[in-house]
Amino acid sequence: MTDWTKRIGGVLVASAMSATLISSPVAAQDEGPIKVGILHSLSGTMAISETTLRDVMLMLIEQQNEAGGILGRQIEPVVVDIASDWPLAAELARRLIEVDEVDAVFGCWTSVCRKSVLPVFEELNSLLFYPVQYEGEESQRNVFYTGASPNQQAIPAVDYLMEEEGVERWVLAGTDYVYPQTTNLILEQYLLDAGVAEDDIMINYTPFGHSDWQTIVSDIVAFGSEGPKTAVVSTINGDANVPFYRELANQGVAAEDIPVVAFSVGEEELSGFDTAPLVGHLAAWNYFMSVETPENEEFIAAWHDYIGSEDRVTNDPMEAHYIGFNMWVEAVEAAGTTDADAVIDAIVGVQVPNLTGGIAEMLPNHHITKPVLIGEIQDDGQFFVVWETEDLVPGDAWSDFLPESAVLEADWTDPINCGNYNTETETCGGSEAVAE
Amino acid sequence: MGSLNRFGRPFLALIFIALAALAAPSAKAQSVAEIVPQMYDASLGDLRDAVAALVATGEDAALPILQALGAGNLYEADNGGIFIQTGRNQYEDALTGAEADLDVTGDLSTIRINNSLRRDIAAAVGSLTLMSENPATRRAAAAQMFSTADPANIELLDQALAEEDNPGVRTVMEQARAAAMLRADISEEDFAAAVAVIAARGDRQALGILNANLANASEAERVNIEAGISRINQSLQLWGIGQNVWYGVSLGSVLLLAAIGLAITFGVMGVINMAHGEMVMIGAYVTFFVQEIIRTTNPGLFDYSLAIAIPMAFAVTGLIGIAIERGIIRWLYGRPLETLLATWGLSLIIQQGVRTIFGATNREVGNPSWMSGAFELGGLAITWNRMWIVVFALVVFALLLLVLNKTPLGLQMRAVTQNRRMASAMGIRTPWVDAMTFGLGSGVAGLAGVALSQIDNVSPNLGQSYIIDSFMVVVFGGVGNLWGTLVGALTLGVANKFLEPYAGAVLAKILILVLIILFIQRRPRGLFALKGRAVEA
Repeated sequence: MTDWTKRIGGVLVASAMSATLISSPVAAQDEGPIKVGILHSLSGTMAISETTLRDVMLMLIEQQNEAGGILGRQIEPVVVDIASDWPLAAELARRLIEVDEVDAVFGCWTSVCRKSVLPVFEELNSLLFYPVQYEGEESQRNVFYTGASPNQQAIPAVDYLMEEEGVERWVLAGTDYVYPQTTNLILEQYLLDAGVAEDDIMINYTPFGHSDWQTIVSDIVAFGSEGPKTAVVSTINGDANVPFYRELANQGVAAEDIPVVAFSVGEEELSGFDTAPLVGHLAAWNYFMSVETPENEEFIAAWHDYIGSEDRVTNDPMEAHYIGFNMWVEAVEAAGTTDADAVIDAIVGVQVPNLTGGIAEMLPNHHITKPVLIGEIQDDGQFFVVWETEDLVPGDAWSDFLPESAVLEADWTDPINCGNYNTETETCGGSEAVAE
Repeated sequence: MGSLNRFGRPFLALIFIALAALAAPSAKAQSVAEIVPQMYDASLGDLRDAVAALVATGEDAALPILQALGAGNLYEADNGGIFIQTGRNQYEDALTGAEADLDVTGDLSTIRINNSLRRDIAAAVGSLTLMSENPATRRAAAAQMFSTADPANIELLDQALAEEDNPGVRTVMEQARAAAMLRADISEEDFAAAVAVIAARGDRQALGILNANLANASEAERVNIEAGISRINQSLQLWGIGQNVWYGVSLGSVLLLAAIGLAITFGVMGVINMAHGEMVMIGAYVTFFVQEIIRTTNPGLFDYSLAIAIPMAFAVTGLIGIAIERGIIRWLYGRPLETLLATWGLSLIIQQGVRTIFGATNREVGNPSWMSGAFELGGLAITWNRMWIVVFALVVFALLLLVLNKTPLGLQMRAVTQNRRMASAMGIRTPWVDAMTFGLGSGVAGLAGVALSQIDNVSPNLGQSYIIDSFMVVVFGGVGNLWGTLVGALTLGVANKFLEPYAGAVLAKILILVLIILFIQRRPRGLFALKGRAVEA
């Protein structure tokens, strides 16, 4: 069914395109609306998270249009459904750029989606704004990473647990794919460097959508009963979280005893269940809906207004899209054109306000500056911020804690212009990622 | 579950101060009435000081305030007042007990606390309630002190023990005292006695305490502790096997529930129904719907929500099943490939339909109180929701067996599947029986949905994650045999749970799949193969 609607949609878009081409074959590039692609899963497993991101993009574009668009032109969103199918994502990205001629694409959630569309953006020289926290170890000329890299989420969270909660034993639990694997690799090295014994780290992976957590939770309880304070660092993703937290609650794992700090659980994920038994478990993000700033209140009000429900929550990737979209708008205005090369040059150094009262700046490595917030889950499904960094943390593309990537830097400005510049040999290592 | 280093030194110091204050209230100590107003708009650090000061007052009035703060029921008003929530939208002044008038106070908001403050409060409440009238409260206080294991509590525990006459509470108090003694500077005999008390407790918490004390024990004490640890470890290991069996049975019961409807549509009728998982999903959404109505109209009925949802889910999914059979499947009998494709397409349509109507995000289905928490059976920790799901799965299985073997409908079903033309010649309306059979299978899938809503996400993807497992169970158990499905589900569940600790969750799943492939090659008809002429039909 999804294919069918897409095909119809594609035909409609294509015929509309050819109509404009026929009417004004030469001026089509500079007149008419500026097109923005929205590349999210609206069906399949990831629809649960990504549908909201499509909605927030449509809202941002509508707001921008009401404010007069960009360069005096209106913005037209082109929405496609990648149906949680990554080869299809690459195909649709190509169609967005080649057929629909969009000037920038906002999209993807999973790392595997990003990895599969990367070559397309590189080949066709277009722009992708990627809004989700990810494992790092990557920097691409055509991609802007508006979510957190590990040093903006995982590392500060571990520091918090070590310093504030006195945690000495660590369970690194994750879903079995690239983001948790790489993040845990970095965290393990970081913990070992901090003097944690190898026996005090337990690493556990589970398949996507794992629903029977009895054994693992009782293993965690057993691991935690060895004496020193234990915490769980969770990179468990998506659907597996609800049964995981339910099992924790039912086996009586209280946050005061074994706190769980999660990197993939936000307001949207918590809206699926009763959080009363989870009060006190933690999450590390760069934005929480509960942050009280005028910008955030305005954003939430606009969101409720747009979506037509007061019950809908906002979350971190939504803020990332908010920042990314505003940065793109600023860069286009500054460059005076939507041309990819011009925007890539203009966007570095662009500063826009984030929703937590700070300023996000696009760095030469195509990551942005963010505050890091640690929140405790409350019984109303919101987070109470218990700790935050004093300053904004610049996103680091290559982790300093893995020996092979510590020497790498990403800098997309002259004279380096390289995604993985080796500071020791002073050469650009090519566009291939090193860690994978 | 508790670990020992739960409290930093500063808090130990605080407790000492608190106890000193309890013994001889100094002139400087603040009263509750002075402290409470300071909690308005306080930082976490200020709140911590306020909690310590409240304990130090030694006043009875401090206890309800601390308990409310710990439970998230303490509110601050815009006008600076502090209130305790006593019921839905009911608040009373923390000091005067007067009912809050929202027009005067302005908006109320919860005073939020963090984990370390929550621990401080639990310890403080424990020390204030150790002498309570209620044995359950005393027991909880003693259990709290056991996990705190703070030497400062020893004196308090001694006082309490002198008066305690409830043997259960006494045991916990003695254990708490022993745990605290281990932390204090005590003689070797006392140390040995304390170790013996803790070791006798024999659970993980005891193990944690012994392990933590191992490092700073003297040589002679070390031998003592190690003996205790190995004793506990032995019994834990034994119980661990039982625990694994239970986990396996519980996983098996989930598989059984998901597969049993399929055992009818696929096993008895021979219809490959890829939309089976979506029936499970719809059953879960019916539960959500029922709970949603109960929440808005009659919250008191919440504990009965599942009892109401069960017949509703059965009826809804059963009717949908009949509609699917009449509308699609009956045109495709004898064409398995087309049936597979048609039902696969149908499953996508249903998924996207639900996504459009209810949204792509998870829906909140709550556990009724009788399905929350866990109980201990010897060394086994059994969670109530798993326990009831096992019971439910077995009841559904027994009922289904009864329907198939003891009712006219069951007889007709078996007749039609064994020899359609003969049954038809005997006057059985075979199309009607087909529809009923498919409806029954789908209805049972709906029942599975009610149970799964208690442990899994209620999202449009719910069914997808169970469809493969369901087919696996039915094929493994033997197509067309309900007993095969039961044994198959439990075998897979237990095998999975015994592999998991050694191989990890990912590898365990792969190993199970490989084993099933090998098994099916040896015995293509599964565990319980049907014999006789029916097989060839």
